[in-house]
Amino acid sequence: MTASGVIDRAGLDELIAALRNGGYTTIGPTIREGAIVYNEISGTSDLPVGWTDQQAPGGYRLEHLGDGRMFGYVVGPQSWKRFLYPQRNVIWSGVVTADGWETVTPPEPPTYAFIGVRGCELAAIAVQDRVFLAAGDRAADPSYAARREGAFIVAVNCADPGANCFCTSMGTGPVAGPGHDLVLTETVTDDGVVLLAESGSARGDALLASLAAMRPAEIADRERAAETMAAAQATVPHSMDTTDIHDLLLGNLEHPHWEAVAARCLGCANCTMVCPTCFCGTVTDELELDGGGARRVRSWDSCFTLEFSYIHGGSIRQAGSARYRQWLTHKLASWFDQFGTSGCVGCGRCITWCPVGIDLTAEVAAIRASDLRPAVPVAADGTEVNL
Amino acid sequence: MALLAEPRTALLDPMEPVPFRVRGIRDELEDTFTLELEPPNGRFEFAPGQYTMLYSFGIGEVPISVSGDASRPSRLVQTIRGVGAVTRALRNVRPGDVVGVRGPFGTPWPVDGATGRDIVFVAGGIGLAPLRPAIYRVLERRDHYGQVVVLYGARSPRELLFAEELQDWGGRFDVTVLVTVDNADRAWYGSVGVVTKLVPRAPYEPQNASAFVCGPEIMMRFAGQELESRGVAPEQIFVSMERNMKCGVGFCGHCQFATKLVCRDGPVFPFSEVARLLTVREV
Amino acid sequence: MRTVPIADLLTAHPFFGGMSTPAIQVLASCASEVEFAAGSRIFKEGDPADACFLLTAGNVALEIVVPGRGPHVVETLHSGEILGWSWLFPPYRWTFDAQALTATSAIRFDAEALRAAKAADKELGYELMTRFAQVLVDRLQATRLQLLDIYGTAR
Repeated sequence: MTASGVIDRAGLDELIAALRNGGYTTIGPTIREGAIVYNEISGTSDLPVGWTDQQAPGGYRLEHLGDGRMFGYVVGPQSWKRFLYPQRNVIWSGVVTADGWETVTPPEPPTYAFIGVRGCELAAIAVQDRVFLAAGDRAADPSYAARREGAFIVAVNCADPGANCFCTSMGTGPVAGPGHDLVLTETVTDDGVVLLAESGSARGDALLASLAAMRPAEIADRERAAETMAAAQATVPHSMDTTDIHDLLLGNLEHPHWEAVAARCLGCANCTMVCPTCFCGTVTDELELDGGGARRVRSWDSCFTLEFSYIHGGSIRQAGSARYRQWLTHKLASWFDQFGTSGCVGCGRCITWCPVGIDLTAEVAAIRASDLRPAVPVAADGTEVNL
Repeated sequence: MALLAEPRTALLDPMEPVPFRVRGIRDELEDTFTLELEPPNGRFEFAPGQYTMLYSFGIGEVPISVSGDASRPSRLVQTIRGVGAVTRALRNVRPGDVVGVRGPFGTPWPVDGATGRDIVFVAGGIGLAPLRPAIYRVLERRDHYGQVVVLYGARSPRELLFAEELQDWGGRFDVTVLVTVDNADRAWYGSVGVVTKLVPRAPYEPQNASAFVCGPEIMMRFAGQELESRGVAPEQIFVSMERNMKCGVGFCGHCQFATKLVCRDGPVFPFSEVARLLTVREV
Repeated sequence: MRTVPIADLLTAHPFFGGMSTPAIQVLASCASEVEFAAGSRIFKEGDPADACFLLTAGNVALEIVVPGRGPHVVETLHSGEILGWSWLFPPYRWTFDAQALTATSAIRFDAEALRAAKAADKELGYELMTRFAQVLVDRLQATRLQLLDIYGTAR
């Protein structure tokens, strides 16, 4: 039986303070420039209390409800990737020595506690784990591993899925799956907003046990939380048919629909920047002005740029259609071959933040509607014929 | 368990360049040179077909196939074409200088799995460099194989890589070397025509042959098709793909090739796995 | 010297594979065995295309003289390959020089006799054209690859 209990807003403040006292840098949702973004928080007063978001293809705006809820919105343009895999990060540096150069030991990154991680985002972190952590005989990316290893995760179940959310299609939400230390379910009672807190790890148990402001969860608390989440589950508005999606997309690499998407796509790379699983990065080299030291700086890159596929002589993917196809087939199909999972978690960010509102679920549906793969012969009795 | 943040475990860093000392520089062609590097611990183990990431301090990194002999691990030998900022910086090193090395990375030419078979090497241009370690390996164990054939095409006689070695191999009684160029004047007494034209001329038994093909993608595509049309099984034809490899370990995503990450799943692939993709534009 | 009859050589050669015995006999009646010393010219650009050759040994260069650059080899042909198709189409003139790079032997077909034979026997003409068309397609494909400069952007 995992530890659980009920806390109110003051209890969450105590929880955040306990994490900060434990050495964690606490990161959570805040409002900045009209959007929910993740930043360092020191208490619930930093949270977007009473705010919600309205999302549409190519559209996003915040709305003040004043309902006192601390997590009454879904995901904004950023994801936790920004902290585990920084947008710009020195991955190696060296100094000149008498007979060449040598590596400089990098500084330790902060140890993070993430407050308010949604189900889709937990899944996204698990997807990036498969890319960057050690697997088989392959070593881990030390920069990612150092940030990931000690991170404390406080998840939140999504009570109000956004208009572009399709987590139910991807099996990632709105109820948070495994991978957290604590999960919170926010409900409104006659006495105000309360959070059902349930532990998912020994560290979560220890944290809950330390909270003075927590009361035991009663059956009514659990029922109210379950009802809230059942309602949320039923109202996730968007969906994507993922049946046979790997073979569907890879079997339609020469489908004319890629050109149709490219006619709308600006190639701006927003979708890759907001995607919580997109991991592609490039490295630039910097030399100190006096030549005494050098750095290798990794920053996010995007398969939508021409330089991305450059080899001596030119770029492999020159056409916009080839670049969109690369992104979508990688995300939804070849990711399985490379990392054993889909690269999409159904968070809907790429739909919301696309300046022209391209909706990947609609593009997949369009290809599905005119699948160009040769038909599988069907025998008179309706069974497929294996040739 | 305590709530306090836990100390981290130290990790081996696949992104950390290791300093190797330059022991030799040899100009091969007008724009192509070979570096001989001394590993800091005296040994560099690799399998033929693998590559390293070579780092010029403060300038950048490039993927370069190992072109030396795997049975001589005391030196790392790499043949480089000076076409960009990093490769040109590497050309300007002097003996005693230090360059960074990560690797080796990638899948090898499966020559050890082809014992008992006829071996056909098909190289185009500087593509002979990544094949040379496999040729060394096969010649070192010559009695494990049937016919051994080296087919090589280049633009012109001036652009024939490792010309002396080609002559040495061609002088052996147990190796057939056929060389062709696209352009030649009267001073050239060899073949003129593309390398695919050598495929039907060489002595080997297609049904019992394994072929190892390296060069620009377009050359590998047509060489693969020609070998297949002669009767070599596509599962027994191996090609070395080139994509924008920046990290070598699958972290950076630049070398995407449909379902593959070339840096990690390749660069060497059976032709049967890539032949269809080679005809899809801009994959 | 060789004692095998030319008809047997033709029957055994893949180029003529599948042709009827009477057709082979007609072709053999147009054929003779010839040899060229290393460095000797086999035919010259602009001269009447009075023959075609099936190379049985040696290497032959097809050359064109580029003013100011001297002779330029566009292709080499080797034992087993067909040399010359200018005899097929008017005005029946060679478009390149052919030079024996090494001691070369060949079966030479007299062009006039071949043209007469295929005019008299449409089926024979069809069989010959099919085979030459294949050679032309192969050469065209090889030439296209040469034009692509396929070694240009190697690693």
